[in-house]
Amino acid sequence: MKTNDFVIKFANVNGSGSASANALFAKAIFRMGVPVAPKNIFPSNIQGLPTWFEVRVNDKGHLGRRDGIDMMVAMNPQSWDQDVAAIVPGGYLLYDSTFIREIDRDDIKTIGVPLTKLCNERFTIPRERQLFKNVAYVGALTALLDMDFEVVKGMISEQFRGKDKAIAPNIDALNLGREYALKYFDCPLDIRVATSDAVGDQILIEGNAAAGLGCVFAGATVAAWYPITPSTSVAEAFEKYCHQLRIEPDTGKKKFAIVQAEDELAAIGMAIGANWNGARAFTATSGPGISLMSEFLGLAYFAEVPVLLFNIQRGGPSTGMPTRTQQSDIISCAYASHGDTKHVLLFPSDPTECFDFAMQGFDLSDGLQTPVIVMSDLDLGMNDWTTAPFKIEDGVELNRGKVLDAEQLDEIGRFGRYLDVDGDGIPYRTYPGTHPEKGAFFTRGTSHDEYAVYTEDGKVNARVMRRLSHKFETAKTLVPAPEFGQAEQGSTMGLIHFGTTAIAVPEAMELLADRQIHLDTMRLRAFPFSKEVEDFIHSHEKVFVVEQNRDAQMRSLLVNECGIDPARLVPILNFDGFPITAVAIADMVTEQLGEGEDAGEQAQGGFAAE
Amino acid sequence: MTYIAKPKFHHPNLPRNDLGLTRRDYEGSMSTLCAGCGHDSVTAAIVEACFELNLPAHKVAKMSGIGCSSKTPTYFLSKSHGFNSVHGRMPSVATGANLANNELKYIGVSGDGDTASIGFGQFAHAVRRQVDMLYVVENNGTYGLTKGQFSATNDRVSVGRKGQVNAFESIDLVSIAIQLGASFVARGFSGDKDQLVPLMKAALSHKGFAFIDVISPCVTFNNHGGSTKSFEFVRDHEHTVTGADYVPHRDEITADYAEGSVLDVTLHDESRVRLRKLDATYDPSDRAAALQYMMEHQAKDEVVTGLLYLNTGDDELKEKMDVTAAPLNSLGAAELRPDMATLEKINAGLR
Ligand SMILES: Cc1ncc(C[n+]2csc(CCOP(=O)(O)OP(=O)(O)O)c2C)c(N)n1
Ligand code: SF4
Ligand SMILES: [Mg+2]
Repeated sequence: MKTNDFVIKFANVNGSGSASANALFAKAIFRMGVPVAPKNIFPSNIQGLPTWFEVRVNDKGHLGRRDGIDMMVAMNPQSWDQDVAAIVPGGYLLYDSTFIREIDRDDIKTIGVPLTKLCNERFTIPRERQLFKNVAYVGALTALLDMDFEVVKGMISEQFRGKDKAIAPNIDALNLGREYALKYFDCPLDIRVATSDAVGDQILIEGNAAAGLGCVFAGATVAAWYPITPSTSVAEAFEKYCHQLRIEPDTGKKKFAIVQAEDELAAIGMAIGANWNGARAFTATSGPGISLMSEFLGLAYFAEVPVLLFNIQRGGPSTGMPTRTQQSDIISCAYASHGDTKHVLLFPSDPTECFDFAMQGFDLSDGLQTPVIVMSDLDLGMNDWTTAPFKIEDGVELNRGKVLDAEQLDEIGRFGRYLDVDGDGIPYRTYPGTHPEKGAFFTRGTSHDEYAVYTEDGKVNARVMRRLSHKFETAKTLVPAPEFGQAEQGSTMGLIHFGTTAIAVPEAMELLADRQIHLDTMRLRAFPFSKEVEDFIHSHEKVFVVEQNRDAQMRSLLVNECGIDPARLVPILNFDGFPITAVAIADMVTEQLGEGEDAGEQAQGGFAAE
Repeated sequence: MTYIAKPKFHHPNLPRNDLGLTRRDYEGSMSTLCAGCGHDSVTAAIVEACFELNLPAHKVAKMSGIGCSSKTPTYFLSKSHGFNSVHGRMPSVATGANLANNELKYIGVSGDGDTASIGFGQFAHAVRRQVDMLYVVENNGTYGLTKGQFSATNDRVSVGRKGQVNAFESIDLVSIAIQLGASFVARGFSGDKDQLVPLMKAALSHKGFAFIDVISPCVTFNNHGGSTKSFEFVRDHEHTVTGADYVPHRDEITADYAEGSVLDVTLHDESRVRLRKLDATYDPSDRAAALQYMMEHQAKDEVVTGLLYLNTGDDELKEKMDVTAAPLNSLGAAELRPDMATLEKINAGLR
């Protein structure tokens, strides 16, 4: 019996209207108090190609992606063979039995519901017949999986509030599937959902929506962006929440400005111009956009203009796999641009952190007067995650860092824009228009002295470059600290991970513990690396570095920045575009330790191709 | 090249404007451009225009890209913030700055390489967004700073310094600006300060995207016989279609003009620009006619100058976007950050 512990997958045709029914299904389980991890696996296509929706249901909160499908809802003839093949022995196949299909497996159980026939009989409008097939299979699942039907019905009413006419036919469609299942099958099955309190006060939201909301709470007023999957929904969420929270009540005017720029070159230019002028501004993009933004990132680094970027990473290189996930822009972002440049990176691992890092990212960027890049990815950005609720502290002013106002300018002697007054490498800045006589300076990407005056004196330039290094040292003390997981007795071996890999790590550690392998873990949350990061590596003989790219980019960065002997850092890599699984991590670690028998084939990035 | 500070002593009898400032107060550091470079005359015209308009320098922001032309913001208004950005991308930086605070006046200075090649896309979009700024292109038909390559504004008939023939069609930035909806479009000549200063004053008083294409010869690389951007060529081929006089709002217009030859347009700050039509058939409010006029005269190798197109009826960027009146950079947490109770409601909606 698999209660609150299974993976169900929906195979649909892109554009057939399945998305909202599938989301309804996942949210209903979440409402029953059971943690869920829904994942869209979608093609780079608007209509016609196969698309999948996978939901892992797990009471213990093990919500990393897991191979082995316990139940497949196979609605797409195009992908039928591979979908049927993906079901675990003993698993279930739910399909539209209006059509005769060949099922060449006798180790799975089949549930045929004549969805097309039922809907054609009940509904007359062709589009409705199509859409309600999706609702009808959700109805069937409510019976098969023993879901709380009142919860599901309640959600339909919520979804169509204001469009009340749509409620009845949707409930009707739910009932069509549900009644058929109750009549013809032995409901519930041995995989099922039971009401739980495991969700607690958690919420269900996409990382990109959380990031957009975080920008509202961070006080961002200008956003400039250029559409690119999977980052588009960051700007869209910011816009949506701004419309809710940032309209001036008396005038109806906007306390924000969002520009869909002509390209990424312009998007970051606008964000830099706005930040230079004292507004909090950001842009959101993905790998190809980062490449275009690189020159400007160098300017912002050298001219010390704050700017916040969200890089929702996708499969690369080049246009790569635009609808798949990866963590493969680590190096290109850490050192983006020509010359000696370095940037602060933040690595959120769930939507709550996307929200928090939007706020902290602005504080760091203003505080350090430098670009900050939030390194999310497609898996985090575009999927709903079960995550802790958002929190802020009331009554706190925006922390804009070292900005001098007119009075402060009056008090000081000569203003030096790039003068390190406090010894932390961070100079003071002024916004244009502050003071009639003092504080004006010329921002430039060319070499300049402490007073922002152009110079070709190499010694002066070296001094400025050294101060920028010193500022980066200061950054190490300000960025979010790593988080540690301690093996029961402490271990001589460690495992480093970051970003979305985190969701799979606790489960991987359990799997490894079953194999008598114990690892201390450290989750990196930022670059540059603080002393704690180095200490962790130095205090373990062997450290695995888990990442979702081919070239072990984080490992390279650690080796390079912390002067680590590369032999001590063992790469654990997955780069097939799907979120890394706990089993893959455990197997690759096991194989590296030469202790596993069945781990060999899966060592690098492989699990069942789909 | 080194930075040379100009000595800042004032002659006691220098004329002062309404703010009690002299022209010297509007200058910047010493130019490091070649002696005789047209760009220095444009700098002088900007200084003069700002002085005469009584602009408080700290309420002006100077924006530029990369090139000899883009260096010039260092040479005027030393009490203004300036931003020398990356090659061709001043328009985006100016757009962002403008959205953060449109109570400042923005003076963007660019070159023909900066605007018509690498920055052509950004220029086009700043125009169509009607960013509230004065955008000056110091057009010399060449890449001065990288030593004299052809630029895209070179005319078909022009020949390079070493006799190279320009095989490609030229980009006429004035026509592009008119076509894409700039609300103030003019062309001037760095050698004609009397024409340029009033154009700049009118442009600085205009709300919306004001574009001035200034033919500004590069004496080092493109001032030879075959160039159509040389002092000599422009002097011989200039065809001034409108004379523009800038009239501050409190001044009476006294001069007499022949009937039908004068057009008064009130600008957004209540000042006026008085257009003297030197070609009676020209209508600077008719986009299509203006474009046709440019093409016809360009075909005759004429350089049409003057205030070429003016529309005071369009909204600028911030109005188009319906953004609140207060500069966005002046809003603090109280105006921007909702409270925890609001966030808790959002949390509740996600359960
Ligand atoms: C990305 C980039 N490419 C090339 C250059 C080199 N570059 C500097 S100035 C310039 C051309 C400037 O021409 P223009 O804008 O006409 O200015 P001018 O010097 O003629 O006033 C070029 C190509 C650069 N700075 N950045
Ligand atoms: S190279 Fe040409 S454009 Fe540059 S400063 Fe000299 S004359 Fe002027
Ligand atoms: Mg040029």
